This record gives sequence, C-alpha cells and structure tokens, in this order.
Amino acid sequence: MARRSAWVRAPLAMLEPLLAVRDLVAGYGGAPVLRGVSLSVAEGEIVAVLGTNGVGKTTLNRTLSGLVRASSGTIRFLGERIDRLAPCDIVRRGLIHVPEGRRIFPNLSVRENLLLGAYARGRQRRAANLDRIFAIFPRLAERSRQFAGTLSGGEQQMLAIGRGLMAEPRLLVLDEPSLGLSPLLVEEMFGLIARIAADGLAVLLVEQNVVQSLALATRAYVLENGTVVMEGPAGALAADPALASAYLGL
Amino acid sequence: MQSPEILLAALLNGVMTGAIYALIAVGLTLVYGVLHIINFAHGAILTAAMFAVYVLHAAWGVDPYLALLPLTVCFFVLGYAVQRLIIGPASHGDDGNILLITLGLAIIIENALLAVFRSDTRSIDVAYAFSVVEVGGLFLSLPRVLAVAVVLAVVVLLWLFLARSRTGAAIRAVAKEKMGAELCGIDVARIYAVTFGLGAACLAVAASLLMPTYLVNPRVGNAFVLVAFTIVVLGGMGSIPGALLGGLVIGVVESFSGLFMGESLGQIGIFLIFILVLLVRPTGLFGAKA
Repeated sequence: MARRSAWVRAPLAMLEPLLAVRDLVAGYGGAPVLRGVSLSVAEGEIVAVLGTNGVGKTTLNRTLSGLVRASSGTIRFLGERIDRLAPCDIVRRGLIHVPEGRRIFPNLSVRENLLLGAYARGRQRRAANLDRIFAIFPRLAERSRQFAGTLSGGEQQMLAIGRGLMAEPRLLVLDEPSLGLSPLLVEEMFGLIARIAADGLAVLLVEQNVVQSLALATRAYVLENGTVVMEGPAGALAADPALASAYLGL
Repeated sequence: MQSPEILLAALLNGVMTGAIYALIAVGLTLVYGVLHIINFAHGAILTAAMFAVYVLHAAWGVDPYLALLPLTVCFFVLGYAVQRLIIGPASHGDDGNILLITLGLAIIIENALLAVFRSDTRSIDVAYAFSVVEVGGLFLSLPRVLAVAVVLAVVVLLWLFLARSRTGAAIRAVAKEKMGAELCGIDVARIYAVTFGLGAACLAVAASLLMPTYLVNPRVGNAFVLVAFTIVVLGGMGSIPGALLGGLVIGVVESFSGLFMGESLGQIGIFLIFILVLLVRPTGLFGAKA
C-alpha cells in the first residue's frame, strides 16, 4: 500500500476516530463469536465495553490485536485498515492489547518483562519510560529483579499494564484488568487506570465490572451474544434501568 | 579392579566424548524449549553437516577446524530458512504437524545423502588426528581436548546471547508465553526460525569437532541423536545447563560401562540411565516441576 503523505494524513486523522470498528465478524472455526460489532474510540477517550462471560469481549480484543483474523468487517486505526495485519505490525502502529490473564513472562525478571514491552515500539525512550512506569507502579520497581512468576496476581496485572505502556500506546486495550483481584485491589486498579489515562491516553476498557467501569469511562458499549445491544455516554448508561436490571440484578 | 590411571583416563575420555554429545543435546533442547517439539530432523542435519565437513576436506583440503566457523554460519542460515520457508508455513500452527514435517525432512535429507554418497562409511585424514597432549602424566587426544574447549565456549556464548541480547530475551519470552510475546510485537515466526537456526548451528560445530576422529555415513547422525535425546531427558526438557551437565554425565557413563562391560556394550549404561530417570525423576535434573 502506498504511504500517504503527511498533509493527506492529518485531515483524515481529524475526520476519523482513532479506532473505528465496522460490522466486525470473527470467531474460531465454526460459528462466529462476534456477529457484526461496530464501535469507535476517539483520541483521549476512555471507552468501556461491558458484558458477561462468553459474549465475545475477549474475541473482540484478540481480533483488534490481530491474534484472531476477522472473517468480515473492517478495523481502522489511525485512518488505516489493520484487520489484515500481523500482531507485531499492529503493535508497531501503537494499538497495545493488555490481555486477559496477564500473559506476562514468568521466567523473566520484572525488568526484562517491561523492556520487552518496548521490543517493537518505543525503543529509543525505553529507559525514560521504564522510570516513568516504576514511578506509577512503585511495587514493580521494588521487585524489578524478581522473576515475574513470583509476583502476586495484582502485581502481575500491574506488570502487564506497565509492559503495555512501555510500547508508548496510542490506544491501550485493557482486557478484564480487575479479574481475580480482591475488592481493595480492584479499587486501586481502577484508580491506576484513571491516572494513566489522565494525560490523554485513549483506553478501550473491556470489563465485567459495570459500576467501576462506567464511573471511569466517557462512553460505553454493552455486548451480548456477539453484538452491541446498548451504547451511549457512560453516565446515561449508568442511569439506564435496563442495564441495571440486566447486570446489577436490581 | 582397574588401576586409578585407567579409571582417570576413562573419566577424562568420557568428559571429552560427552562434551560433543552435550552440544548436540543443547541444539535439541533449545528447539524443544522454544518450539515445544522434538526435532526429528536433528540427526539428519548433523549427518549433513558432517558430510559438509567431509566434502570440504576431500575436495578442497579445507581443515575441519577452519571449516567450523563458516559452516556454523551456513547452517544457522539453513536452519533459519528451513523453519521460515518449510516447517513454519507447512505446519499451519499445529505442533503435531511440525513433528511430522521434521520427520519427513529427516527422511529426505538421509536419502539424498544416500543417493549422492552411497552408504559407504567415509572419514578424513588429518595429521593431528592421533596427536596427544600430556597433562600431568596423562596423554589426552588433542582433537578431543579441543572439542571440550570449543563446546564450553559455544555454550557460554549461547548462554550470554540468551541472557543478555534483545533477541535472546525474546526467545525466552516466546518459550514460556507465546501470546504475551505476540502482544509485545515480537514476530514469533522469526523467533522460531532463529531458534531452529541456532539448533542447526550447534550441529555444524559438533560436526566440525567430530570429523577429525570420527567417520561419516548417511545414518551416522541418528546414533548421536538417540544419545542426545537421553541427555535432554536427563537434563530436563528445554534446559541448556541440563543438557551440558547431562552430556558430560552420559559421556562418562558410556566410557565407564565400555571399560567394565566391553566397548560394544558401552551404550547399555546410557539407556539404563534413561529408564532410571524416567522412573525416578521424569522432569530431569533441571526440569521444571509439573
């Protein structure tokens, strides 16, 4: 594909959101898990994708990051189609996916884990970024020489997010960052995400924790059976009785 | 009972043979540790490397030790290309397929060598093949002493590469957490190819060290790889220090069982150890506990 010159690219970036997903269909072999999902994330936005287990949240993330190939529909990122790119090429463009289950490298030190976050992107400034991440997550700094496999669940989640930040994301996709954490740690984790996003980083937050996510997000989508069933400003969704009855048991 | 001198000589001989076994096992265990498959083509690639040393010497008089470095580079590139262009695309991401493809490669390589070289056993003549060095009253075979030194150097270099370099860290990352590595922007297909290339490069070094004192025919690699497989299990699947130590242990065991039971039964000891390890400590010396 021909490279667009800068003066064409700039207006396009203004017209288009950072991430634009349109009619995305994807799955593993047989029946598709995602059945026509459309959503968008603009610069500086925190967008929540909510839904219970098995509605396609993780598949959505994996399709965004290129681990799962879309069977139809498009994903545009920074004005460019990325739905046929390999995961490493998507990372190089700045769409960074912090996966469910953390997927840290247990046999490497905390420091090595973080440095590998800058493997494909942000290599020049990785020393400065490492300091910045150690400042956000002081516990990672204390344990920088430890094997990552020896960290607690909460620390591993911080490491996974820190590793994602090392790649200087344009869009950070967080898949269930609060999963498996104690209530106190969940609180802390959402606080950290708010802090990371405070300087304008766009975040796509995929969560089951509806209350906390809506408190943090600007907009939200509700996913059910592989399609978007509700969308809107986070405040409006939080006040929506249909959402409350479906997800909060009220 | 044998005299202490003979026992000591057997011990040192065992260490020297074991060093080459260890290097072959290091290549096998490295590929296993990262790609999680047994490379069935390992023996055939070793045979091919030994023939390469043989041809270089027979046709152009190239000394095996001079051939070592260029052949190592060539076999790295060859291994890289085989993984990148044949094994990777043909496996479609299924480990079971990789297993069969390496088996197929082994058959192709062995039969190509048979077609070209026939099944004759060949060797090369170098002036120093029977040279000895005297260390504290013991006479040690010069090619074998050199082999130990080179193997130790290669293992240290390999270890430094894996521990210190960016690609080395990526290899260790892919070995334990492939999806995490992909999400860091690591090109896993490339890391697989580099790893396969390193495995083949180890074999080129081993071939260059073997040929001054050993013979080659189209099936010779398999005998070595059978022993190397025992070493990999003994040391712990995927463990490089395990392969090094396991190689030395197996070399010594072979040497001693040869001494006590006769040369032709020397390998019995190896396979007794293999069965014992499987019974007593299936994870091996350095293996992760399940």
